[in-house]
Amino acid sequence: MAEFWHGYLLPLLITIGEILCVVVPLLVAIAYYTYAERKVLAYSQLRKGPNVVGPLGLLQPIADAIKMLFKETIVPSSANRVLFIAAPIVSTALALVAWAVIPFDTGVVISNINVGILYLFAISSLGVYGIIIAGWASNSRYAFLGALRSAAQMVSYEVSIGFVLVTVLLCAGSLNLTDIVMAQRTVWFFIPLFPMFVVFFISGLAETNRAPFDLPEGESEIVAGFHVEYSAMTWLLFFMAEYGNMILVSAMTTILFLGGWLAPFNIEPFSGFLGHVWALLWLLGKILFVMFCILWVRATFPRFRYDQLMRLGWKVFLPLSLFWLVLTAGVLVATGWVPSH
Amino acid sequence: MTDAVLLQTIMFYIFAAITVASGVMVISARNPVHSVLFLILAFFNSAGLFILLGAEFLAMILVIVYVGAVAVLFLFVVMMLDIDFARLRSGFMRYLPIGALIGAILLAELILIFGSWAIAPGIEGLKAAPMTATAAHGAMTNTRALGDLIYTRYVLAFQIAGLILLVAMIGAIVLTLRRRGGVRRQRIAAQLARSRAQSVAVVNVPVGGGAGEPVEPVAAGE
Repeated sequence: MAEFWHGYLLPLLITIGEILCVVVPLLVAIAYYTYAERKVLAYSQLRKGPNVVGPLGLLQPIADAIKMLFKETIVPSSANRVLFIAAPIVSTALALVAWAVIPFDTGVVISNINVGILYLFAISSLGVYGIIIAGWASNSRYAFLGALRSAAQMVSYEVSIGFVLVTVLLCAGSLNLTDIVMAQRTVWFFIPLFPMFVVFFISGLAETNRAPFDLPEGESEIVAGFHVEYSAMTWLLFFMAEYGNMILVSAMTTILFLGGWLAPFNIEPFSGFLGHVWALLWLLGKILFVMFCILWVRATFPRFRYDQLMRLGWKVFLPLSLFWLVLTAGVLVATGWVPSH
Repeated sequence: MTDAVLLQTIMFYIFAAITVASGVMVISARNPVHSVLFLILAFFNSAGLFILLGAEFLAMILVIVYVGAVAVLFLFVVMMLDIDFARLRSGFMRYLPIGALIGAILLAELILIFGSWAIAPGIEGLKAAPMTATAAHGAMTNTRALGDLIYTRYVLAFQIAGLILLVAMIGAIVLTLRRRGGVRRQRIAAQLARSRAQSVAVVNVPVGGGAGEPVEPVAAGE
């Protein structure tokens, strides 16, 4: 019995505890990201935003969640029932499982796998399925159009994201996310790889279907796109997936380009427990900054036209990232800076 | 059998069973979209099998390439095409002999390989010690091991494979590219190449005379 306890049950409980430590704050962050979005958009447009429910409107996300929970989930009679319900679940689950490999400090990570960055890339490339399945299972023209747009868009931008990731890998010499952060002790990667940083951020917007690339939703022409038939919890799950993905992209940008939890110039005034808090604060600060930039972009830019979106992905970002990949490899080899482990 | 091995064995049978079952569903599902979704499930569980083997790089690449890109295109095409199920099913008996023949050949080949029938004796040595070229590096991640092998011993095969894919890609583009007349496209280069002289005209307007005939600016890209 004792062997069973130490061999299986205890590790299992510890892992579940770790998962809860990541997922619960993440869910709260998702809820308050919607609030932040409404506030940022409101102030950008000289409005006040939500300010009625609770002080400063801070209880608004909770009120929204309760409203969603108590609404009725309507499944259209001609929809494919199983897939219709499965699609939002797949979307949200994918947005959450990616956090398994995100490191919060040296060694503070649920699963420190060797191919962490590939795992993130794999999970983010699966996000498209939730949307396609939703669009198809709804059995609605609008939803289907939204799904097709989304599929084409996400596949297109994934290509340049892939090249950006390879460029970062070349500079870090590892596929492990902790190693990638530690490789930025000398210089954060957004300085030498600035064009790739920009490409990654914009592709990230396209990958999460955010403004100005939110064509899959395109209210003005296809109502709400892939989730037009969804209501209540199923709709809420789609939005949790979207906001979760936005936070994930912010975290990825931070880890790959902004030095993760490293403070500028490696300032480490504390050690021990306070040192971990310091690192975590830097990580969260950077993630919050990128998250704000996403909202800022939404408040600033009009939506792209579809052909412009495709042109940007295939004719601008793809050649640029390919060129920069070859250039980076060339410079690393020529100067002998290829990282070796 | 130790506990860890037992756990691995259980996981293996779970993954393998789901892979085989979803493989059967791929060919037996009535709706082609369901077929593709089962195919994705099969890919996923194969990735799980790779992870059990310790080949985490292959597992991730399988998910990225097959699930993330190839299957998306499958799904895309299957959803877009208006497939006539009745006609699709009517050819079943006609194609059955050929399908059975191909299946039998593949099965025979698998039996040849796994029945330890040494067709090429040189291969046996490779199978026994596939990593001799890099054994000096000691313990290494399989990403690194693959990279070392692909870019040294198998560089020619790797490059040729890449070249074939490139040719196929260009061929596909050439075959499907067509320029239709009467389509208004945005031509970014022409827009950017426009100069002030081409687009704005300063007209000296006499009082009461109007600007007269508009001066046609040279339209971009015409």
